[in-house]
Amino acid sequence: MSETEYLKDAEEREEDIVIRAIDVKRHYHGMDGNVTKALDGISLDVLRGEYLSIMGPSGSGKSTLFNMIGGIDSPTEGMVFIDEIDVAQLDSYELAWLRCHKIGYIFQSYNILPVLTALENVTLPMVFAGNSPNEAREKGMAILETVGLGDRALHRPFEMSGGQQQRVAVGRAIANDPVIILADEPTANLDVHTGEEIIELLNKLRDERGITIISATHDMKMLDVSTRILWIRDGKVQRLEERKNLNIEIGRIESE
Amino acid sequence: MMPKQDVIPEQTAVSWPIVMSVSMAGMRRRFSRAMITMVGVVLAIAFLCYMLLNETFVQSMIAEGSDDLNILLQNANVDILSGGGTDQMTVLLIGLTLLTSLVGIINAMLMAVTERVREIGTLKCLGATDQFVVRTYFVESAVQGVCGSALGMVLGLVVSMVVNLKTYGWFALKTFPAGGVVVALLVSLGAGAVLSVVAAIIPAYMAARKQPVEALRVEE
Repeated sequence: MSETEYLKDAEEREEDIVIRAIDVKRHYHGMDGNVTKALDGISLDVLRGEYLSIMGPSGSGKSTLFNMIGGIDSPTEGMVFIDEIDVAQLDSYELAWLRCHKIGYIFQSYNILPVLTALENVTLPMVFAGNSPNEAREKGMAILETVGLGDRALHRPFEMSGGQQQRVAVGRAIANDPVIILADEPTANLDVHTGEEIIELLNKLRDERGITIISATHDMKMLDVSTRILWIRDGKVQRLEERKNLNIEIGRIESE
Repeated sequence: MMPKQDVIPEQTAVSWPIVMSVSMAGMRRRFSRAMITMVGVVLAIAFLCYMLLNETFVQSMIAEGSDDLNILLQNANVDILSGGGTDQMTVLLIGLTLLTSLVGIINAMLMAVTERVREIGTLKCLGATDQFVVRTYFVESAVQGVCGSALGMVLGLVVSMVVNLKTYGWFALKTFPAGGVVVALLVSLGAGAVLSVVAAIIPAYMAARKQPVEALRVEE
């Protein structure tokens, strides 16, 4: 598809697009003049309310793409729009605002702040958003109920299991009603059963709140609930497929 | 093609109490390290306080002009004619002590930054501004500095009192220079506070420059 065709096609779907990457390139310049092309021209539209899984071997540019569309890295060339905001034009304050209000992050290793309680972890983004402590506390409790940790509000991370910590992370991610949740291998450190619970939770949030979920994962169960799956290789889109066109069987190793 | 982007509102500054609670929680968690940093401040400020107090005591005793006291002063090698002023070497020594303590705090704070790279990255992913990160580090350093200075002040006062009582007996109490002592204590406290805030400049700046990407890095 040529670029004009691509843009025209995208324009028709305008209202549904939550992230648009246009010919994104990210080059790293090495010491000896070598240029590493982590991303080599990726165009991608992510639709509102979809569940997109990104796959790719390590070194494929998966994480780089992930950072680009999460507003935590900016492209060398090309443009990224998050909810119609051009990321490249934002200064550090505006980026902080974008990350605070539009995006929720979930990490592989939870990244719950160890010094704060579950409730404090969930309310922190709301405080950054300028909510009063009382508002934040009320909303925080409601969110902890949603993620199934209503009785653990005052526990600290080291008193909780990995699954519970990841639930806190999910709660923290949805604290400011984001448009997008970015999940970087959210189930990689969890056992199968706990991982499933987290996937169910994410899927529930997508259904109920229309949050777009983008995750980097190798977890078959996550691919199974995805709407689309994107394969990245050598900084390029290798394949982009609707879930319904794929035959995923849990428990079997996928052959591409 | 794309509609004009929304105007992004001014970010509300996070209130100081929140900053305080985050950095206090951080210190409680790493209590032993905070203590070690503090010991450096305590010793430096105790030394400063002790020297300042001794000078005040001696000056006040010279002003008293009693013969018995002058003999005691001469026995203690005090140069009565110069008015008991601190000599250059001593000033140099105090300066050096404070400098060493400053380097110590900077070192400890830099370690705290490196140790918490992922935490800073996470905070930034959640929407923390550079200003917030800078503030937490300043608060942490200032709290350590002020607590350390207060302890150092008390330590310096106690040691100075013991030494002076031992050397000059009841003269030390008879000529007790209340005003001078208060000034010396306040100067010590102020020096400690300034020291800790100055020490936090570089680490706080470095912390603020950390990128949110760091949060995604998996620890090996």
